[in-house]
Amino acid sequence: MSEEVRLMKGNEALAEAAIRCGCDGYFGYPITPQSEVLETLMKLKPWETTGMVVLQAESEVASINMVYAGAGCGKKVMTSTSSPGFSLMQEGVSYIAGADIPALVVNVMRGGPGLGTIQPSQADYFQTVKGGGHGDYRQITLAPASVQEMADFVGLGFDLAFKYNILTVILADGLIGQMMEKVVLPPFVPRKTNEEIRKECPWASLGKTPDRKRNVITSLELEPEPMERRNIALQAKYAEIEKNEVRYEDIETSDAEYLFVAFGSAARICQKAVEVARAEGIKVGLLRPITLFPFPYEHIKEQLTHVKGILSVEYNAGQMVEDIRLAVEGRIPVEHFGRTGGIVPTPEEVIDALKQKIIKK
Amino acid sequence: MKEEIIIAGFGGQGVLSMGKILAYSGLMQGKEVSWLPAYGPEQRGGTANVTVIISDEKISSPILNSYDTAIILNQQSLEKFESKVKPGGKLIYDPYGIVKAPTRTDIDIYCINAMDTALAMNAHKSFNMIILGGLLKICPIVDLEYVMLGLKKSLPERHHHLLPQNEAAIRKGMEIINKH
Repeated sequence: MSEEVRLMKGNEALAEAAIRCGCDGYFGYPITPQSEVLETLMKLKPWETTGMVVLQAESEVASINMVYAGAGCGKKVMTSTSSPGFSLMQEGVSYIAGADIPALVVNVMRGGPGLGTIQPSQADYFQTVKGGGHGDYRQITLAPASVQEMADFVGLGFDLAFKYNILTVILADGLIGQMMEKVVLPPFVPRKTNEEIRKECPWASLGKTPDRKRNVITSLELEPEPMERRNIALQAKYAEIEKNEVRYEDIETSDAEYLFVAFGSAARICQKAVEVARAEGIKVGLLRPITLFPFPYEHIKEQLTHVKGILSVEYNAGQMVEDIRLAVEGRIPVEHFGRTGGIVPTPEEVIDALKQKIIKK
Repeated sequence: MKEEIIIAGFGGQGVLSMGKILAYSGLMQGKEVSWLPAYGPEQRGGTANVTVIISDEKISSPILNSYDTAIILNQQSLEKFESKVKPGGKLIYDPYGIVKAPTRTDIDIYCINAMDTALAMNAHKSFNMIILGGLLKICPIVDLEYVMLGLKKSLPERHHHLLPQNEAAIRKGMEIINKH
């Protein structure tokens, strides 16, 4: 074996990957079901090896503002939390969007609303994809469906964040955070030096030097015209991301008469449902959006040549289903099946829902 | 080959760590594995369970509604999971603390006196390894040498002197498991 295969929880793999991809700082506050991220970082003590800062902040509000500050300095910084904590962070998230700076936030979703439950959920889809904070902003949203993707998306998330100066959200769920699977960790990448940051992030606030104008990181602009120009620039950036960064996975879609669309661990359950249903002779496939923003509208639309109905399977009361309906423009039936309260549906339930809601139509 | 296993009992019986050792063993033997604990209210007192899948192929759903093999270590878990064993599947249980024995006739039921044996061996912490031995006897999904490698991998180094004791417990479990 050239690469070492490890058995790890999703949360642990994410923490290991953060160190390996040259992250400069992690600021977080513990909350189930993602506390292993901070625990693993504390155990690995990266400040002794790569120099990465790991800090338990006094709250989620503090964490996201530390991320805002670190990102303003051009550093690779991140936080992780779970749903109620992500709600607390929304002000900072909106400021990071307004200030046009790159950062990474991980939300390992649990059931809500309110403090809800510590069990898995996907009910923060709207919050993440449509904007949980104020203002016209978007964030790149990656939905991992395996422990391997929990590890891989840290590096990818930072790459995308720095490519577009935007916040990337890894939107996982309690199941992916807590389960153990095989994982090959990414290779070590050294942290960027200050010289590299100066070169690659000319906007970063690193202290004034005589050869350039002062960099100011702010989301405040009281003059309407420059503020509108900022908004137009943001929208142009989001359009560029929608053009370039759509990611998805197709499983047995090419001959499918019916389709599951599901993200994260729900997609794994649907994958099993595809195996079982195909054995019963039902031609069903799975389309798994990997990026939730940008959403694979076009790719879903392409399925209309052969698909007769779509079931959106989500651990919520029906959120992504709205985007699927936008994609198919009413031309085929699109229904939702989900469980809430932290209950994860079984493959059998998913197949029953497909039969009841889609096939019998 | 694919084996879908649920291990269920009380918190503190070593349910999660037994599952972890099993998953590590599969990993060491080059198989695909998944380990999914019930991490919710269960972990905070009361019952604990873990789903372990060991497979030659990539694993789709880590969460299941029916199992090839159920390892049942208390009455509540028996009531919850007996009906979820696939027809033709296996159920292994320790009669210690079981007041109503399993009744299904379309599955193979095995009995293992692991708790009594562990106490007799003066090694109550080896309880879960005796159970693991029983499982490996009737369902040899992984070879013992890989189980030992998995054990080594999942135990912190300061506990490595306990490896021979664990191996003895596994072998004991292989001896004492009986078909119902």
